[in-house]
Amino acid sequence: MKLGFFMREASRALRRNAAPSFAALATVLLTMLVVGVFIPIVQATTGAANDVRKRVLVDVYLVRGATQRDADRVRQQLLDTPNVKRVEFVSKQDAYQQQRKKDPEAFALLGANPLPDTFRVTPENPDDVLKIAAALAPEAAGGGHTPIDRAIDEVRTRRDDTTKILEVTRFVKLMAGTLAALLIAASIFLIANTIRLSLYARRREVEVMKLVGATDWFIRWPFVIEGIIVGALGTLLAILLLAVGKIAIIDPLASDFSLISAPETMPFTILIAVMMAAGIAISAVGSAVSLRRFLRV
Amino acid sequence: MPVKTGPSSTSPRADAEPTPGGAVPHRARPAAPSVIEFRGVEKRYDVGAVGLDQATFSIQRGEWVFLVGSTGSGKSTVMRLLIKELEPTAGTIHVAGKDLGEITRKRVPYYRRNIGVVFQDFKLLPNRTVHDNVAYALQVTGGTRKEIRAKVPDILRLTGLSTKLHNYPDQLSGGEQQRVAIARAFVNHPPLLLADEPTGNLDPETSIGIMQLLYRINRAGTTVVIATHDNAMVDKMRRRVIELQQGRIVRDEATGSYVRDESTREFAVRMRDGLPESPPTVEKR
Repeated sequence: MKLGFFMREASRALRRNAAPSFAALATVLLTMLVVGVFIPIVQATTGAANDVRKRVLVDVYLVRGATQRDADRVRQQLLDTPNVKRVEFVSKQDAYQQQRKKDPEAFALLGANPLPDTFRVTPENPDDVLKIAAALAPEAAGGGHTPIDRAIDEVRTRRDDTTKILEVTRFVKLMAGTLAALLIAASIFLIANTIRLSLYARRREVEVMKLVGATDWFIRWPFVIEGIIVGALGTLLAILLLAVGKIAIIDPLASDFSLISAPETMPFTILIAVMMAAGIAISAVGSAVSLRRFLRV
Repeated sequence: MPVKTGPSSTSPRADAEPTPGGAVPHRARPAAPSVIEFRGVEKRYDVGAVGLDQATFSIQRGEWVFLVGSTGSGKSTVMRLLIKELEPTAGTIHVAGKDLGEITRKRVPYYRRNIGVVFQDFKLLPNRTVHDNVAYALQVTGGTRKEIRAKVPDILRLTGLSTKLHNYPDQLSGGEQQRVAIARAFVNHPPLLLADEPTGNLDPETSIGIMQLLYRINRAGTTVVIATHDNAMVDKMRRRVIELQQGRIVRDEATGSYVRDESTREFAVRMRDGLPESPPTVEKR
């Protein structure tokens, strides 16, 4: 009902206070631009780290000449082991085919197939990989490892690589998460502070409105609408710049760099939707909250 | 919260132990409540300063009252208590029969709409034209465009601002700005008008113009309370004076002959009497 009045008030305030409004708009634009660039980077990094962690496997080699019955029995034993997520059987023929594709000349020289049947065990959590290996081949008294089944020749984890991968990826994920949290907190404070500054310049105006008998919300609505307009406009400009950057720089490179096209990156549409919602919400709520102290007259 | 009309009290001073709205046996009390009634009001600021100490007085409908005293005597405290910007530490304040202590924070804006307030520093909205400044007071109360179109030009004509409609406050002189402030305070036709040093920033000639305007409003039946330290003005006006000293009321009297029926023009002539080389009286309307 009074929406028209409040809209007119908000646009009047924007026009009459062009400089502070522009400062708020520029702040929203810049922070949203940084957030918009950083969110996909964080996601790609953690996605890449997760990808690497997925490659942490336990290889269970069967003895030469293991029968189908042996294989089935071992598979069941593997599935019964705790923390095991998935068990994949790679027969010696399959392994041979795969390897020959990678290095045809070397395998042509070999003539026969030297590879054993293999189970690839994917752990529930990459951190459990050493536990699984220990469960499948407990340490024997002599110092070696004795597999739990006689059809198993060897259990391999590539121990050193595994620990390194796990440590590095954990650190990368932690860093990315911390940076993202810091960036989001800084953005919120920066936008809220700019709004507070522009409100501070107009606190006398709010005081006069209160003295004339305006209710708190009568004063507040134009400020909230102003916040929505500034937030929407700033975010929109940031999104446009991001889109230009994406089309001009990222898309042509995506085919060449796995990091950019990492599978877990948020789709662009969802990213801009989230940015828009955040930009508007922070500006509007920031206006309403910052105004509170000036309304106590 | 309309002010009821009724027989005005014979005594301007409040009784020490009055029954609210009722009658005290040994003395005839007015049926209608006073516009303003202070009973033992005390205001102490956090720092320990005394703003007001045991202030008791009442102001009747249609009265014109000066609050005088030096800076820090408590004039502004009275004003700020009346618009409920401050809460008294002790005592009760009734305005138009309503206990201010019972008005919740949420209801304060609605209460303030019944009081016009004028300040020394005008307190206009800098990014609005004269017209919009006055219109804002109507918009706040949910006034329609039709209402605004009807009332704002009227009040601006009354205050002599018809030609300055589309000017911004910073394009006006001090006297003109104060006229806008008065127009805004009076556009809702409040039963009570408070003015805190309305002429404090103005030269004597302009001050008379402002006082003339307030006098016209008072003659229309509005109770006017003015805080001032312009003693010459107070002496000439010969109206009721409440003098404060360090938060205490030291004088409360209707000075000299209380001339009620005096035209605005006569009033202005009397005010200018003795003013050095006053230009010819020109009425705005």
